[in-house]
Amino acid sequence: MIELDRVTKRYDGRSVVDDLSLTIRSGELCVLLGSSGCGKSTTLRMINRLVTADAGTIRVDGKDIIAFAPEVLRRRIGYAIQSTGLFPHWTVADNIATVPRLLDWPGPRIAARVKELLELFRLDPAAYRGKYPHQLSGGEQQRVGVARALAADPELLLMDEPFAAVDPITRDALQSELLRIHRATGKTIVFVTHDIEEALRLATLIAVMDQGHIVQSATPLDLLEHPASDFVRDFVGRQGLGLKLLSVRRVAERVRRGESAPGESLPQEASLRDALSAMTAQRTDRLPVADPAGRPIGIITLADLVR
Amino acid sequence: MSRQARVPAPPLATPRGIGIHDQVLFALVLAAAVATLISGFVALAPNRLVSGVPASLWISAGAAFTAAIIVTALLLLAVSMSPQHPAALAAAALLAGAWLLLTVAALGYAARTLIVDAPPAARVSAGPAFWVVAVCAALAFVNALQRLRAGLVLMTAAVAALCGGIILFAITGAFDALSIVREYAARRMLFGAALVRHVALVAGSVGPALLVGFPLGIAAARKPRLQGPLFAVLNLLQTVPSIALFGLLIVPLSALAAALPRLAAIGVGGIGPAPAIIALVLYALLPIVRNTVTGLAGVAPAVIDAARGMGLTRAQIFRRVELPLSLPILVAGLRIVTVQTIGLAVVAALIGAGGLGTFVFEGLGQYALDLVLLGALPAIGLALAADFVLHMLSALLPGARRG
Repeated sequence: MIELDRVTKRYDGRSVVDDLSLTIRSGELCVLLGSSGCGKSTTLRMINRLVTADAGTIRVDGKDIIAFAPEVLRRRIGYAIQSTGLFPHWTVADNIATVPRLLDWPGPRIAARVKELLELFRLDPAAYRGKYPHQLSGGEQQRVGVARALAADPELLLMDEPFAAVDPITRDALQSELLRIHRATGKTIVFVTHDIEEALRLATLIAVMDQGHIVQSATPLDLLEHPASDFVRDFVGRQGLGLKLLSVRRVAERVRRGESAPGESLPQEASLRDALSAMTAQRTDRLPVADPAGRPIGIITLADLVR
Repeated sequence: MSRQARVPAPPLATPRGIGIHDQVLFALVLAAAVATLISGFVALAPNRLVSGVPASLWISAGAAFTAAIIVTALLLLAVSMSPQHPAALAAAALLAGAWLLLTVAALGYAARTLIVDAPPAARVSAGPAFWVVAVCAALAFVNALQRLRAGLVLMTAAVAALCGGIILFAITGAFDALSIVREYAARRMLFGAALVRHVALVAGSVGPALLVGFPLGIAAARKPRLQGPLFAVLNLLQTVPSIALFGLLIVPLSALAAALPRLAAIGVGGIGPAPAIIALVLYALLPIVRNTVTGLAGVAPAVIDAARGMGLTRAQIFRRVELPLSLPILVAGLRIVTVQTIGLAVVAALIGAGGLGTFVFEGLGQYALDLVLLGALPAIGLALAADFVLHMLSALLPGARRG
């Protein structure tokens, strides 16, 4: 659990983060959402003390982070950034092993962990271990960057616009992987982005920020259905609201169990927006739904989407 | 770095047909041919102090050497006009090496034959044609190796083989009739001492310059406000002509030695090595500091941010990230400084610092050009050797593996 309690950061007398309080429960994927200069990155960087708060306290699992030496604190918190910051003179394996080495893990344990992480990110260890960052595509570099952040198995992962610099198709794939890994590991993740679609897709909790304040923190669905102010309503976008609502609801919520229909089945984890897209493409008003193992569990119809 | 940047320049004609595929080699062979046609290969003088009468390659070196050199040059010309297959490039390297060795051997032979009928005080020196052909051959050799993308081992082996060949000629007395070798023979003992002194001056200047310049560079990289004043001073120093700086140091150091006899006792004085080393260190500071600042500034901020965010300490970031990533630029700075100092140390002989410059100034005073060369050629050789070794060293650095 992370608690930010009346945290303030000033630069040259101007408050970048102003009296901000936020609680993020364990296992949450909290997205700090806002336009540039709203203080979201500063807030994130205060959690691992890359930026020191001028006032207020930050507690991780109940302990004030001031109690730790900054380096000790940072080795316990994963950190991934937009331009990856991979060390260009180290191989993929060496990059991933950075924090385990700082923590003096024994060699075999480090090697096993590197292999495990590469497999988790679907990068063949034999092929990728010895490569240098410049030999990887943008998406692969970003995967290695996140793998490196997870290397010492931190409870908490901080991600600062990690997918902002990759192309839309790669970003989509990376978002799916992050969701998969979040579900698989149950890590607490704090994720900074200015992209509303990315926030709606990933977050369990969205904190919308403006001028150093949190203007609303809510689930994606709540945010869309009950925006707290005109600012939030504007930021999430008045246009395409229906589609955004569809994108934050899962097929599993609307499935008619026990019924069956022809066609290509949808995974129950898919969003209602995916379902609408698939129905339109396949010119049908109903599609079968399958569980993660691929077994059919029921169907979903066009009418169910707007229910 | 894009891949295209490494591809050799496109040929003037179609790749498969006849055309000039290697313009560099073509130009080098042409330049050598022109020099051989219009200038003397050697010069014969009645004594060491007057200019000689030039003699062409074919008159001085005889038909056999002339024919061999021309045939080699024609073969190189043919290679420059054939497609750039690895086999052709290897042939170019071998031919260029042979060309250089033949030219050097022809020089020794020409000197031996010309001196036989000449009076005892007569001297034979290398002429413009020899120098141009030798330099063109050496450049053709390096050009071919670079086009072959020769690796560290092959490059070192090839250069060592060529140098070994020339040294072998020298040991067997092939050049004994040359004027420069006679100057050497007359100063054999002095030459060894001067060479050692020269290397000592360079090492004694570059070492302290690194000890001062590297921390200064790190400080300037950390505190950009320092850079303005620091570079202003270092740039100003660089603009002072070397002879003037050597001269300017005489006054304060004489005064210092007079005031502190202990310093005078260990050799500090207005003339000698002390002012020379101080001046050489001052000149060396700018490239070292500049390259340190450039190297450290070239490390991507995101890499430093990620390193901090993962919990590396400042010392760990410096040692494991900043230093290895900027090392190629730091070594490049060391290369510049070493080569520059080897050259400037020649001038230091003016204020009694010794070294190879002694022969240069002695030769200038006597108008004995071969004595000047006895000082200048080894200095050039030292500079080339230092440059080559440091270049090879930088290729071994881990940073060199990047893109």
